[in-house]
Amino acid sequence: MKIGVLALQGAFVEHEQMLGRLGVETVEVRLPQDLAGLDGLIIPGGESTTIGKVAVRWGLLEPLREFAADGGPLWGTCAGLILLARRVRDAVPGQPLLRVMDITVRRNAFGRQVDSFEADLEVPALGERPFHAVFIRAPVIEEVGEGVEGVARVDGETVAARQGRLLATAFHPELTADERFHRYFVDLCAAR
Amino acid sequence: MEKQTGTVTVKRGLAQMLKGGVIMDVVSAEQARIAEEAGACAVMALERVPADIRAQGGVARMSDPEKILEIMEAVSIPVMAKCRIGHFVEAQILEALGVDYIDESEVLTPADEEHHIDKWQFKVPFVCGCRNLGEALRRIGEGAAMIRTKGEAGTGNVVEAVRHARAVLGEIRRLTTMAPEEMMAYAKEIGAPYDLVVETAKLGRLPVVNFAAGGIATPADAALMMQLGMDGVFVGSGIFKSGDPAKRAHAIVQAVTHYNEPEILAEVSRNLGEPMVGINISDIPAAERLAERGW
Repeated sequence: MKIGVLALQGAFVEHEQMLGRLGVETVEVRLPQDLAGLDGLIIPGGESTTIGKVAVRWGLLEPLREFAADGGPLWGTCAGLILLARRVRDAVPGQPLLRVMDITVRRNAFGRQVDSFEADLEVPALGERPFHAVFIRAPVIEEVGEGVEGVARVDGETVAARQGRLLATAFHPELTADERFHRYFVDLCAAR
Repeated sequence: MEKQTGTVTVKRGLAQMLKGGVIMDVVSAEQARIAEEAGACAVMALERVPADIRAQGGVARMSDPEKILEIMEAVSIPVMAKCRIGHFVEAQILEALGVDYIDESEVLTPADEEHHIDKWQFKVPFVCGCRNLGEALRRIGEGAAMIRTKGEAGTGNVVEAVRHARAVLGEIRRLTTMAPEEMMAYAKEIGAPYDLVVETAKLGRLPVVNFAAGGIATPADAALMMQLGMDGVFVGSGIFKSGDPAKRAHAIVQAVTHYNEPEILAEVSRNLGEPMVGINISDIPAAERLAERGW
């Protein structure tokens, strides 16, 4: 099992450390050739505009779309969720997106940094124990298409969703000590 | 559901999301848009860049809130703003404006020559400058959620940024080989809180994100700071005091992502136009060296 972490900008090291604790080999992906032989890929938190623009500069958008089209498991956290989304309500004009997941996203949906928060979420897919989630200038999923399943909610808004082998979370499991979301994604990759 | 805001995790967490990125000084909505378009992960909203503060002299204060709001309106990426060292009311005003990060900065004229702001009193996170490990841990002890090396702002000369990065990272390396009983004396020697010294030794790095700042002017400068072990870079005057800001900004962003790939650095460094004119540190009178400010 080898999982890539898109390492263009943002909190990619935290994901690598989490996967390392689960005994999974990780690869930092900065160029298209780094995608070869991966069983899955995480797009980390960071600035979605930065990650998107750097991805365009190095010709990564199409290879990433192909990776998803070939059934490659992808998990986007926060900025990564925005990049996966088919529709982003308040995208910066011309903001590069992968548009592979049938969701509509609103950026910075809870406000600015002073509104960033932590909360315990019910995540039935992970069992009964609540998941302590960290939201940083987080987006929400406003609408989900057919075949997309909501995984967690905050104040009635969807903050985690899954569509087949695509997983999206508006919050940051990599900033906590709770490995359940990473294990969940590793299981998705193993089932491929 | 109970939401906790202003926690250590969300404050330090935003800095973690900025890693591997470039934070650019901007003085107008137009510059902010150029920075965002080039791939900046955040902007620092200012009235004057450090090179102009240096040239014009006088007392440098927090920017006009109108200017900061104009920049916040213009971009979707995080917006930071500077307050004077120790000026907690400027910080309160910046928090009320809703900026995403406050830089308690030596680039502005200090308001207190003994004390920094008690940053634990704020919901908004703070970044502070340092020249060595003791200064970094004192600031973290006061509540800073992110650290940057000071370098020497407004010079376009990377030498001080390198000096400060080497000091912090070298002291951390020393700390990791120290016996536990040596750490109290070391904490005393560098004037740092003991618990943070122990935590840093255990982590092998600062407990918060650590960016480079002060004098970075080229993609090579930025990659140098990354290879030394910094988490990202601030570029102040280096972009908008250069011949072609958009192109240079874009190149520095690429250099921070691909900091370990000399072929890519060679490619992105080509044809960037004139860099900002630099200043030799020895030509700056001691009293005008900004890095000396802070205690």
